[in-house]
Amino acid sequence: MRQLSWFAGSLVALWALDRLLPRVLNPYALQIVMLCGVNVMLAVSLNLINGFTGQFSIGHAGFMAVGAYTSAMFSIHVGQPWVASMVALGLPAPVAQGAALLVALLTGGAAAAVAGYVVGLPSLRLRGDYLAIVTLGFGEIIRVVITNVNAVGASRGLSDIPHWSSVFWVGLGALTVVLASLHLAGSCHGRALFAIRDDEIAAEALGIDTTRYKVLAFVMGSFFAGVAGGLFAHDQTYLNPSTFQFIKSIEVIAMVVLGGLGSVTGSVIAAVILTLLPELLRPIKDLRMVIYSLMLIVLMIVRPQGLFGSRELRLPWRRRTARPA
Amino acid sequence: MSEFLQQLVNGLTSGSVYALIALGYTMVYGILRLINFAHGDVYMLGAFFGLFAARALHAGVDPNPVKALAVLLVAMAGCGIAGVIIERCAYKPVRRSPRLSALITAIGVSLLLENGGRVVFGADPKFFPQIIPSRIISLGGGVSISNQQIIILGVSLTLMILLRLLVKHTRVGKAMQAVSWNPTAAALMGISVDRIITFTFMIGSMLAAAAGVLVALKDPKIEPYMGMLPGLKAFVAAVLGGIGNIPGAVLGGLVMGIAEVMVVGYVSPTYRDAIAFVLLIVILLVRPAGILGRNTTEKV
Repeated sequence: MRQLSWFAGSLVALWALDRLLPRVLNPYALQIVMLCGVNVMLAVSLNLINGFTGQFSIGHAGFMAVGAYTSAMFSIHVGQPWVASMVALGLPAPVAQGAALLVALLTGGAAAAVAGYVVGLPSLRLRGDYLAIVTLGFGEIIRVVITNVNAVGASRGLSDIPHWSSVFWVGLGALTVVLASLHLAGSCHGRALFAIRDDEIAAEALGIDTTRYKVLAFVMGSFFAGVAGGLFAHDQTYLNPSTFQFIKSIEVIAMVVLGGLGSVTGSVIAAVILTLLPELLRPIKDLRMVIYSLMLIVLMIVRPQGLFGSRELRLPWRRRTARPA
Repeated sequence: MSEFLQQLVNGLTSGSVYALIALGYTMVYGILRLINFAHGDVYMLGAFFGLFAARALHAGVDPNPVKALAVLLVAMAGCGIAGVIIERCAYKPVRRSPRLSALITAIGVSLLLENGGRVVFGADPKFFPQIIPSRIISLGGGVSISNQQIIILGVSLTLMILLRLLVKHTRVGKAMQAVSWNPTAAALMGISVDRIITFTFMIGSMLAAAAGVLVALKDPKIEPYMGMLPGLKAFVAAVLGGIGNIPGAVLGGLVMGIAEVMVVGYVSPTYRDAIAFVLLIVILLVRPAGILGRNTTEKV
């Protein structure tokens, strides 16, 4: 009951923000807010794989791309005609668009989850850096394939995606990912993931089905990455394969590591910081990325465990729940 | 058949360059268990150092083999120093940190070199002077090879043999092997682990610099982001051969170069960048530790 009222309250707050932000912020600032939301989803979802389960994945942009392209294609070919017919029948446009977006996002997420399953399978055989390089390779393969498929615009990119994302939807997506991850962290499934991260052999000896949980982590992480990609697609209204280069995966990893592996709130804060930082540095032009990379190096030297380690930032009035470090 | 042989020649040439870069990855990995993401950018630095040396020596105006060799050596020395600086300033402080933080540091260094290079060298591509004029030599049967390709093959082979001699037959090389086997035990035997690690970075960076100059001989357009993709592919080559394994890196590089050229020749040039990774996934599924890598069993 209490959780339900929390959830309803958040919905109302998001709706209010959705109305308010476009009025007070200029389009550029609004765009950055949306990007923050998408990056929070990406960082937290990667944290499920890297931070919770200790499986080193550096191909997150690939999952995002699968979700983005699938949901965009779905909206263009199925969603838009459906919305048009529903509006003709008298359904209010925002409701019809919202419903279509929701279905498109779930489709994109499901496609990414399937991709995550396919990549998760080799993780049964590979460990550590070998797995990392396979996920990297997978991400690159996805990108090259997209660049070569004419139906999705190939290297020209995919345009005319309906602009259905809004602060409300991005906020809802980010909130869902964060709450789901926090919930997972406290559940027995989450503990199983932590156990695998800390010592796979010991975890197996304790009767944890490590294979199943590793694949589960991949599937969940890539599902949310796919949804984030879908939101991104419906916000930008244009997708280009070069967006999903290796460097995008790297950005997301930097967020996870900076926030602290295994810390959901850490990922959230780091995602916001690392999204805002390059934007704030924009006035110094060419030096921008130099400063950004220097800060990354210095932060890693000063705080190698990330901003929060594996702890969570908690609201002081909420009950503390014990959690393995 | 002659087309196939021609492709093979081209593949071997680009493969030997991948092998040179892959050697740096594999040596650093073997000793530190660190994926040195900045290695591809050291290769870029090598090409630029070579460019500056060639300009200073006027090697493009009046090409002769001595100047070409000098350009190569200057680039290697410059990158050797750069490698030492990178290791001392960025990697040494995070050596005892979790491996992922070390990796992020490496990525930070990579971004720093790329974007710093953009600021210092400018974003527009530079033209590398023809320090050795191109000449095509026919091998008969419709197969031909350029003198630059011969130089690339020759120089890479020489460097690989030198590396092999260094690792197998000198005190420093044996110390490198010892550190890669077990750093703690090596330190107890009186080996200065820090110095060996720095030395490894230096050697790896020098090989990357050589690769940079050799590539610039053949494709004279150089720019600050040129190291990204070759670096990534060379790393894949190192993994392919079994990372941490020196002959493996050479083999992986050659396999990669040949596979890429064959895909361009017989399938489609647009899939050139994907083949590296497809090959990787296929090989790792069959041999999870790479072609020459030894599968370690984990003991409890």
